[in-house]
Amino acid sequence: MTRARRPKLRDPIVTLAHGAGGKATSALVEGLFLEELGGPLLEALGDSAVIELNGSRFAFTTDSYVVTPIFFPGGSIGELAVNGTVNDLAVAGARPRYLSAGFVVEEGFPVADLRRVAAAMGRAAAAAGVTIAAGDTKVVERGKADGLYVNTAGVGEIPDGVALGPERVQPGDRVIVSGTLGDHGMAVMIARGGLELEVDLESDTAPVHELVASLLHLGPAVRWMRDPTRGGLATALNELTAQAQVAVRLREDALPIRRAVAGACEILGIDPLYVACEGRFVAIVAADAAEAALACLRAHPLGAEAADVGEIGADPPGLVLLDTSFGGSRIVDMLVGDPLPRIC
Amino acid sequence: MKYVTEFRSGALAQKLAREIAALVEPGREVKIMEVCGGHTHAIYKHGVEDLVPAEVDFVHGPGCPVCVIPMGRVDDAIALAERPEVVFTTFGDMMRVPGARGSLLEAKARGADVRMVYSPLDALELARRTPDRQIVFFGIGFETTAPATAITLLRARADGIRNFSVFCNHVTIAPPLRAILDSPGLRLDAFIAPGHVSTVIGTRVYDFIVEEYAKPVVVTAFEPLDILQAVVMTLRQLREGRCEVENQYTRVVRRDGNPRALAALEETMELRETFEWRGLGWIERSALRLRHELADWDAERRFELPGRRIADPKACQCGEVLIGAIKPWECRVFGTACTPERPIGTCMVSSEGACAAYYNYGRLARRRERVPV
Repeated sequence: MTRARRPKLRDPIVTLAHGAGGKATSALVEGLFLEELGGPLLEALGDSAVIELNGSRFAFTTDSYVVTPIFFPGGSIGELAVNGTVNDLAVAGARPRYLSAGFVVEEGFPVADLRRVAAAMGRAAAAAGVTIAAGDTKVVERGKADGLYVNTAGVGEIPDGVALGPERVQPGDRVIVSGTLGDHGMAVMIARGGLELEVDLESDTAPVHELVASLLHLGPAVRWMRDPTRGGLATALNELTAQAQVAVRLREDALPIRRAVAGACEILGIDPLYVACEGRFVAIVAADAAEAALACLRAHPLGAEAADVGEIGADPPGLVLLDTSFGGSRIVDMLVGDPLPRIC
Repeated sequence: MKYVTEFRSGALAQKLAREIAALVEPGREVKIMEVCGGHTHAIYKHGVEDLVPAEVDFVHGPGCPVCVIPMGRVDDAIALAERPEVVFTTFGDMMRVPGARGSLLEAKARGADVRMVYSPLDALELARRTPDRQIVFFGIGFETTAPATAITLLRARADGIRNFSVFCNHVTIAPPLRAILDSPGLRLDAFIAPGHVSTVIGTRVYDFIVEEYAKPVVVTAFEPLDILQAVVMTLRQLREGRCEVENQYTRVVRRDGNPRALAALEETMELRETFEWRGLGWIERSALRLRHELADWDAERRFELPGRRIADPKACQCGEVLIGAIKPWECRVFGTACTPERPIGTCMVSSEGACAAYYNYGRLARRRERVPV
């Protein structure tokens, strides 16, 4: 089930490409961290590790948040830090229960802003039904961090009978997304300023655990889930095809993408398939359960724009393909580095 | 997305595809070079090749501004970026282009102050805001982007902003086309000429291609329907025995171009005697440098540059790819030693480069071609 060939890390120094979620990130994670820290739990490279303790199964995960700007339309680093970890637990099939919160604060950071972030985390945790049970604070000298970094770790319980994994994905299964793609990434990119684009767009940051729980009622027809954060839907599906050795065939005209996101991406020469979501997930569902899955997602306000965007195929294994609205097809590969805007 | 989706209509594409199918002579291959990397990108992004018969062969030309920059110039850029007083600003695409000493992205990771900008005016604004630093802009591109650099230079001079300069690598589109047409063994039937360059320089500049080389030219826009329509126009010329410079991009391109942009170019830049092109070698009068009157804003005069010429890597066949002599996958290092994550040749760097476009989007088609039925 793991990929046949582990990517090698050949770069002498870490560049921003290593953090962008694409091929360079895979090389860093698999060619360095897995080599040094390996083991079956880490090797699975899922959103959460699935741990068995005394006959019960738990999902366990951690994530660090380094967004600029810290406050953006639709949320802040606080909501992201809670929802991101809640979602990583949820897509592993778990009920999120406990979170830890670690803060790295740059000297000079306004206390009022820190309070706003903490309050946002409190509200997000209450909304997601999780308890923030442990925390840590570090302050570093001015210039040694960019304002504020937040790390959260989380634990959730996996109910009996829930079994998700790339090995369960079969040709013929459908690819379902729970809502529009790329809202968060584009909202943040535009909030950074400098683009002089006036676009009415908010981050989609939200906890998806309720939506996931309702979908899990469909039982084993739900095969695999992931929240397409950094690197977007394209990266999530490339990781699936590499692990499951299947193909994905997407239909461009089925992808739910807001006009504002599509327009901003067009201007910047960025493909919305690679832009992060923070309140969405992608699920692979058996074909005969796809209608029921869509109905169940659309019954929830967060899933109103859920869509069936494609199909799992057998061939060619390891590739994500896109049938374009224009009538052609192309490969949707892993990103090489940060999505860099084109010159002209 | 009004004004974009109209040019991507699948129904209209099918209509044009039928027209193209009716225009080709079965078994007779027509090789059409799309000069511009923007076209190459659009062809792959939308799967345009799937809509044309096998007889129509798109040959990817030299019009990717990133792909034609030789390694020595990248090294010069890195040397500039590594000067402690310099903030080096560049379009995003150039960050990953390898020189002999790595890329700007790696220089940035080692501590050089390299920043991505969307426009040279952003770099000038940065200069205004940070008077204690030297802001250098990496001027890259054909006549498409050169006017923006020109206007920025004029503004810098008018506003007396002295901590701003341009490392000028702007190139012109006609000389490499002539070089390609003069190369031995070339087999091309027609050209899809670049749209955005032509908004600036007009369509007259391509007259020599029809007059001296007898190849039809269609100046073309960048949406996939535009490209299909250009193929129809090209095939019609060939079928009717015409050989003309036609304009498909009439919504923007005028025969004489954009006089204001040309005037700004004329005021700020002049032709270099010669310039080295990645893969194509030295081409006379093919690139621009700042005029003497703007010497104060010329990074090549303000700073000392290594200026070393670095030979293209031996294994790399970018030159043959750029003139359409071989397909990207026929290069001996394509997809093995040379990949988008570790590019040897520049064609593998930019998403407009023929190799990267092919690697990222099109490998499947090649797989199909090679699988015996």
